[in-house]
Amino acid sequence: MRAAGYLPEALMGHDLMQLSALVERLMAGFQAAGAVRVEPPALLDAETLLDLYGEDIRTRAYTTHDPVEGERMLRPDFTVPVVEMHTAMGQEPARYCYAGPVWRRQEPGSDRPTEYRQVGYELFDRGDDAAADADVFALISEALQGHGLTVATGDIGVLRAAVAALDISERRRAALMRHIWRPARFRKLVERFSSPAAPSADRARLLAAADAGPDEVVALIKAAAPVQGQRKRAEIVARAMALKEAAAEPPLSAEDRAMLDQVAGLTGTVASAADRLAVMAVDTPALAAAAARLAARADALAARGCDPAVLPFAAQFGRATLEYYDGFVFEFVDEARPDLPPIASGGRYDALTAALSGDAGIPAVGGIIRPEVLLARGGV
Amino acid sequence: MLKLGLPSKGRLQDDAIKWFERGGITIRRTGSGREYAGQVEGIEGVELVLLSAGEIPRELDAGRIHMGVTGQDLVHEKLPHWRRDLVELAEMGFGHADLIVAVPSSWIDVETMDDLDQVAAAFRAQHGYRLRVATKYHALVRSFFRDQGVADYRIVDSQGATEGTIKNGTAEAIADITSSGETLHANHLRILSDGLILASQATLFMSRNADWTAEGQAILAQMCHQLDVAPPQIDG
Repeated sequence: MRAAGYLPEALMGHDLMQLSALVERLMAGFQAAGAVRVEPPALLDAETLLDLYGEDIRTRAYTTHDPVEGERMLRPDFTVPVVEMHTAMGQEPARYCYAGPVWRRQEPGSDRPTEYRQVGYELFDRGDDAAADADVFALISEALQGHGLTVATGDIGVLRAAVAALDISERRRAALMRHIWRPARFRKLVERFSSPAAPSADRARLLAAADAGPDEVVALIKAAAPVQGQRKRAEIVARAMALKEAAAEPPLSAEDRAMLDQVAGLTGTVASAADRLAVMAVDTPALAAAAARLAARADALAARGCDPAVLPFAAQFGRATLEYYDGFVFEFVDEARPDLPPIASGGRYDALTAALSGDAGIPAVGGIIRPEVLLARGGV
Repeated sequence: MLKLGLPSKGRLQDDAIKWFERGGITIRRTGSGREYAGQVEGIEGVELVLLSAGEIPRELDAGRIHMGVTGQDLVHEKLPHWRRDLVELAEMGFGHADLIVAVPSSWIDVETMDDLDQVAAAFRAQHGYRLRVATKYHALVRSFFRDQGVADYRIVDSQGATEGTIKNGTAEAIADITSSGETLHANHLRILSDGLILASQATLFMSRNADWTAEGQAILAQMCHQLDVAPPQIDG
């Protein structure tokens, strides 16, 4: 029988009491900080998650079909249901805490559990982002004090700022931004923008037609095949013209490439990274805002008793996770136990609330703790 | 007795029988015309099980048959963990079928998966919903698109006549099996230059999950010898 979470026994008796006590202790800590306890639904509309995360969510979330309601998914985490709950009935600013199971499909042969508990805290606030980031981090850090865990932090916004600072077309910028969470693809794009490959014969023919004008492109389309389906002729022509412009674009400069590499390689502590980014902003003024944000966060963390001069920072950290963390990210791990997942993780996800609400969305930051992993380590 | 699963009818069965014949193994249909029964001659201890090609992967996975002939496309799609549970004994050289990604031939601006990714992003912005890929092979397509870094799309299920979905407005691109490419061409579709997901052919698979006795392993070894196929390692 698969264990519940990471505990060696199924839940009963002493283990169950220990887990319940730990969960209640963590929740009490969040509630003392002003969080309202919520219990959002576990069964979600699959469309929402598919729209947000794309097809990949099917490899992560359990899907079931209801003849009346349609496709449903078991929540792989609390983020979407809490945001939906807040959008429907919350007032701002808002702090929520929750405890309950999440369900995740795993790779065949994996010994990760497909069902485990999370205890989480979310903060929705249009005010001071740095203070909010520090608030979430400090709370979780305090809850995990004395457990000998190693922390890692990052900020996806730093890499985004570097992309925003590049001297390239908006098309290229948008392509890089879209793939920020896919490091391999991002790297390939950067290489292609730096040294473009020669176009294929067909592409060269298309570019030549685009050079002559939209009518020539239409003629090429007509010669190829009748237009079928929802993608209309005008869209094909528009892209052909955009490809023509892209072909004329100069390659990514060596300086820009170096700046991107430098920012992506930024590692150290929160304090040292903020300092270094400020130095880089002298040469690249577009980095100034990100540098100011990092500095503000360092100050806010210090104010909450978390020393930014010892907190590790890496600009690359957090990129390979689920999309939508677009700012501050953090994680607490047991370095002596690489077999265990992080004991806690979290970050800022403004882009997700924006995507869910369809417009600006409310700035949001939060984190979760895995109580079963904490117990499995022992010494609780 | 080793159980050998074969497709119950069609070209795949005919070609499989011819293939086994080369190793001196004769597979004979028995019973009346419609009866799913047969016998195996030229080797001792092998029993024939006739199944639909689509069900052979499941039967192999469950260990209800020791060996089976089916397409790699069906195994890779239905059994994501097939490398753990099955062994490819021999690619049989027939039943070739490529699983490919195809787009309308009128999309003269799309040659590669990278083009498709850019088009998908623009399509979503323009139309408000994700570009749809019609296919029967959900797992294979999902895995391929993820490896290629294409994100802004949705899979719509198509169990047949997939080439017609674009014209009918239910998809913008397709992923389907093709052999000659003629159906694609006739439906004004073109394969992407890097759009080969899987080159599949009929393959003799062995199931690790079946009940393998010492006797069974001996029969397998004999079979491999006759067919000039490398015998597999079977762990205990």
